[in-house]
Amino acid sequence: MTALLNAVAYDAWVLHALVWLPLVGMAWVLASSEEQAKHVAFRVSTALFVLSLGLWSAFEPGSAELQFASSTPWIDAWGIDYALGLDGLSLVLVLLTTFTMPLAILGSFRYIETKQKGFYALMLLLQTGVVGVFAASDLFLFYVFFELTLVPMYFIVGIWGGERRVYAAVKFFLYTAFGSLLMLVAILYLYVQTRGDLGYASFAFADLAQANLSLNEQLWLFSAFALAFAIKVPVFPLHTWLPDAHVQAPTPGSVVLAAVLLKMGTYGFVRFLLPFFPEAAQHPTVVTVMIVLGVIGIVYAAWVAAVQPDAKKLVAYTSVAHMGFVVVGVFALTVNGLQGAIMVMIAHGVSTGALFLLLGMLYERRHTREIADFGGLGRAAPWLATAFVITALASIGLPGTSGFPGEFLALLGLFETHPVLGVIAATGVIFAAYYMLPMVQRIFFNALDRDENREVEDLSGREIAVLAPLVAAMIVLGVFPNAVFERTEPTVRAVLERVEAAAPAPAVEIGMDTTDTDEEGGR
Amino acid sequence: MTLDFVSTLDYVWALLPEFILCAWGIVILLMGVSGKRNPASAGDAAAEMPSHDLGYLTLAGIVAAAVANGWLYGVTEVGSAGLVVVDQFRLFANWIFLLAAALAVLMSFTYVYRQRLQAGEYYALILFATAGTMFMAGARDLIVVFLGLEVMSISVYALTAFNRRDRRSAEAGLKYFILGAFSTGFFLYGLALVYGATGTTNVDAIGEAVRTGAAQETLLLFGIAFLAVGFAFKVGVVPFHMWTPDVYEGAPTPVTAYMAVAVKAAAFVAFFRVFLVGFLGAYAAWYPIVWWIAAVTMVVANILALAQFNVKRMLAYSSIAHAGYLMVALAAANDRASAGMLFYLLIYAIMNMGAFAVVVIVGRQGEESLEIDDYAGLGASNPMLAVFLTVFLLALAGFPGTAGFMGKIFLLQGAADSRLWVLSIVLVLMTVVSYYYYLRLAWYVWMRDARDPSRNGELFVPLPMRFALGAGAAALILLGVFPAATMDFAQTSVAAVSAFPEALASLIP
Repeated sequence: MTALLNAVAYDAWVLHALVWLPLVGMAWVLASSEEQAKHVAFRVSTALFVLSLGLWSAFEPGSAELQFASSTPWIDAWGIDYALGLDGLSLVLVLLTTFTMPLAILGSFRYIETKQKGFYALMLLLQTGVVGVFAASDLFLFYVFFELTLVPMYFIVGIWGGERRVYAAVKFFLYTAFGSLLMLVAILYLYVQTRGDLGYASFAFADLAQANLSLNEQLWLFSAFALAFAIKVPVFPLHTWLPDAHVQAPTPGSVVLAAVLLKMGTYGFVRFLLPFFPEAAQHPTVVTVMIVLGVIGIVYAAWVAAVQPDAKKLVAYTSVAHMGFVVVGVFALTVNGLQGAIMVMIAHGVSTGALFLLLGMLYERRHTREIADFGGLGRAAPWLATAFVITALASIGLPGTSGFPGEFLALLGLFETHPVLGVIAATGVIFAAYYMLPMVQRIFFNALDRDENREVEDLSGREIAVLAPLVAAMIVLGVFPNAVFERTEPTVRAVLERVEAAAPAPAVEIGMDTTDTDEEGGR
Repeated sequence: MTLDFVSTLDYVWALLPEFILCAWGIVILLMGVSGKRNPASAGDAAAEMPSHDLGYLTLAGIVAAAVANGWLYGVTEVGSAGLVVVDQFRLFANWIFLLAAALAVLMSFTYVYRQRLQAGEYYALILFATAGTMFMAGARDLIVVFLGLEVMSISVYALTAFNRRDRRSAEAGLKYFILGAFSTGFFLYGLALVYGATGTTNVDAIGEAVRTGAAQETLLLFGIAFLAVGFAFKVGVVPFHMWTPDVYEGAPTPVTAYMAVAVKAAAFVAFFRVFLVGFLGAYAAWYPIVWWIAAVTMVVANILALAQFNVKRMLAYSSIAHAGYLMVALAAANDRASAGMLFYLLIYAIMNMGAFAVVVIVGRQGEESLEIDDYAGLGASNPMLAVFLTVFLLALAGFPGTAGFMGKIFLLQGAADSRLWVLSIVLVLMTVVSYYYYLRLAWYVWMRDARDPSRNGELFVPLPMRFALGAGAAALILLGVFPAATMDFAQTSVAAVSAFPEALASLIP
C-alpha cells in the first residue's frame, strides 16, 4: 500500500485533490441531467472517500508535524499562502468528512425530490469548504473556507428545508456570520501584531502562534475567536440557532451539519484558542467560564431534549449536549481531556449523523417526526429498529460503542482538574439515557396500534448501504479507539506543551501529572 | 514622452482620454439629431429590431479613451506646476470610470429603445459625465476639481431627469439639481477659503503650505470643513445622503447605476487626493470628522436599508453603506487604505452595476417590477439570471469567494495599519446587518414562489446585457480567488499620493 502511494506521489497532491475535486464534481453535476445528478454526486464523493483512505496509511503517527504539507504564495503582498497540511487532529476530521459526505448523499436519494441538480452541486461545494477548513494551515485561507461553508448550507436549508426553512436558514447564517466577522477583526489584529514582531507578514498558523501578546490582548482576541467558534459549536447559550437549523434542514443537511459543520467550531478551539492564546486559555476565569458553559450545555440540553415531542428536535438538542463534552474536555487542559474531546467529535459525527439519517428514513415512510405518531415499529421494520437501537446506544455512550471512550476520557480529564464540575457533567451521561431510551421505546417498542405504522417498510438495500458503514464505524471506534488516539496524541501533546510553556507560575500545574492516567485511560 | 506643462499643447496630451470622450460625445450628439431615429414614431416601429448603432459607437469611444488612458502610462510628468497630474492614481481611477461607463451603455441598449429616450443625447451625456469624472481624478488644482465636478454633475442632472414621460424621473432630476447646486456652493466657498488661507489653489502647494504651517489656520479649517461637506454630498454619506434614495429611485435605472458607481468613485478619488495630498498636515483636525462620518454612515445606511422593500431603493441605501466603508479608508489615511479604496471602487463598480443590470432586466427594461415581491420565483423561471444576481449580492455583502470580500479585507487591512479597531468592528458588525437585506433578496429569488404565476415567464435578456452580466460575475469570482495581481496594481498606483509621514500614526488616538 505504502509503496503504491509513494509510486504515485500521493503525499504531494492528495490534499489539493480532496479540496478541489468536489468542485470538479460540482461542474459535472451541473452538466448532467436532473435524474443523473444524484448518482454523479454519489460517485464523486465515494471516489473522494476512497482517495482519502490513503491518508490513513500514509500518515505517520507519533509526529505532531504537519504532513502532506504544501505552501504556495497566494496574496504575496500580505503574506497569505495557499498552505495545506494535516496533523493528527485534522486528519481524523478530514476522514470524518469524506466518510460522511457519500453517506449523506446516498441517504438523500429519496428525500430530495425537487431541483436535484442544485442540491447535489451545493453538497459538493460544501465538501470543498469543509475539507478546506480542516486542511488549511494558513489562517486567512482557513477563514475563507470557514465562511464559504455558510453559503451552500444557507441554500440547502432555505430551499429544501421544512416549513420554517427561511427563518432557520437566515438565523443560522446571521448567527454564524456575526461571530466569524468579529473573529476577522481579531485575525487582522493578530496579523498586524505578528508582522511587527517577526518583521514579515504571514498568516501561517506557526507564525501567528509566535505573536508577542500581553495577557490583556490575549483575553480580547481569545474572546473574539471563542465567540466565533462557540457559536459554531454551539456552546450554551449561543445554541439557539441549532435546533431551528437542524429541524428545518433536509436530512442530508442535518447530517452534514451535525457530523462535520459543528466540528469546525470545536476544531477551532483546539487549533487556535489554546496554541494562539495560551495565557488566556489557562486563565482561571476563562477556564471556569468555559467549563461551566460546557457543563450547563450538557445538563440543560439533556433536560430540554427529554421533553421534545419532535424526534428530530430531540436529536438536535443531543448535539448541544455532546458538544458540551467536547468543551469541557478541551478546557480541562489535560491530555485525557483533549483526547476525549477529539474522540467525542468523531463519535458524535458518526452516531448523530446516523440518527438524522434514520429519522429521515422514518420521515420518508410516515411523513411525520412526532414521536407520539410512531409505536411498535420494531415489529414492522426490525432491521430499521436494530440500526436505530445500536445508534442510540452509541449516542448515549455505552461501553463498546464509539460514544464511550470519548466521553469517558473527557470526563476523566475534567475530574483531574475540576472534580465538582466533573460530577455534575457526569450526570449528563445518565440524562442521555433518560432522553434517548424513552424515545427509542416509544418509536420502536410500545404497542403497534396504528395502521399506518403496520405498513412501514423495512430498510431497503440502499438504506442498508447507508447505515452499515456507520454502524460498523460505531463498533470499531468503540472497540479500537486507540487507532484514533495514537494519531491525535502528538498534536494534543504539542498543544498542551505550548499552553504549559506559557503558564505564568507553578501555581497552576495543569496536566503535568496526567501521563500515567492517560496510559490507563487512553490505551 | 515627458510633459512639463510649459506649452499648452502638453495639456492636450495629458488630457487625451478626456478630449477623446468630449469630441466623441459631440459626434454622437450630432448623429443622434441628424439620424432617422425619431422617437415619436417609434411606436409603430416597435415590432422592428431596435438599432443599437449609437450604443456601439459610444462603446467604441470609450474603448478609444481607454487606449489613450493606457498610452498615458508611458508619459512622465516633470514638476508639479501643471493644473492636471499624470500619475497612476489618476489612471487607475480612469479605468474605473471607463468600465462604469461601458457597463452603463451596455445596460442601456434596450432600455433606451423601450423607454423611447433620445439615444443621441443620452449616450453623449454619459460620455460628457465620464469626461467630468476623469477631470476630477486628474486635477491637481482645486479649480480643475470644481470644473470636473460641474461637468460631471450637470450631465448627470440631465440624465436623471432624462425620462421625461416619467414624473418620478423629473422629480428626481429637480431634487438632485437643487441639492447638488447647494453643495456646489459649499464646495466653492471652501475653495475660496482655502485659497485665502494658503494663497494657492494648487493641491501640492496647499499641501506644502499646510505642512509648514504657513496657512492661516482658522480660514483653513473652515475651508477644509466646507470642502468636506461638498465632497460628502457627492459621495453620498450620512448626514449628506438625504437626496440619494429619492434620486436613485427616480432616475432611469442605468443612470442610477452609473451615478452610484462613477459619480461616487470620482468624488472619492478627488476627496482622497485633496485631503491626503493637500490637507495631510491638518490630519488631526479632519480625522475625527471623517471617523464619525464613516461610523455614522455605516450604521445609518445599513439599518435603513433593512426597511427597504423596493429593490432600487435598497440598492441606493446599500451604496450609501459602501460609501461608509470607503470613508474608513479615508480615515485610515495610509497608502494601503488608499490602494484599498481604488481596489474596492473597481470591485464595487462591477458588482453594483451587475446588480442594477438585473434590476433593469426584471423591470422589463422599464421602471416597473421594482418591488422585492417581483423577484419571487426568479430562481425557478430564470435560473441563470438568478445565479448572476446571487453572485452580485454575495459580492456586495462581501462574502468570501467573491471579490467583494477581498475588497473589504483590503479596506480592513488599511484600517488595521492605522489601528482603527473600533471603526473596523463597526464595519464588520454592519456587514452582518447588510447580510440580512442582501440575503433577503436572495431568499425571495430562490425560496419563494412567484406571486403572480402569469408573470413567471422567461425574461428578455438582450445579448449585450448577457455579455455584461456574464463577464461581471466571472470577474467577481476570478478576482475573489486570484486578487493578488490587481491588488498589487492598486498598491503601485497610489505611490503618487502615498507620501504619508510615519508620524501620522501617532495622531490617531
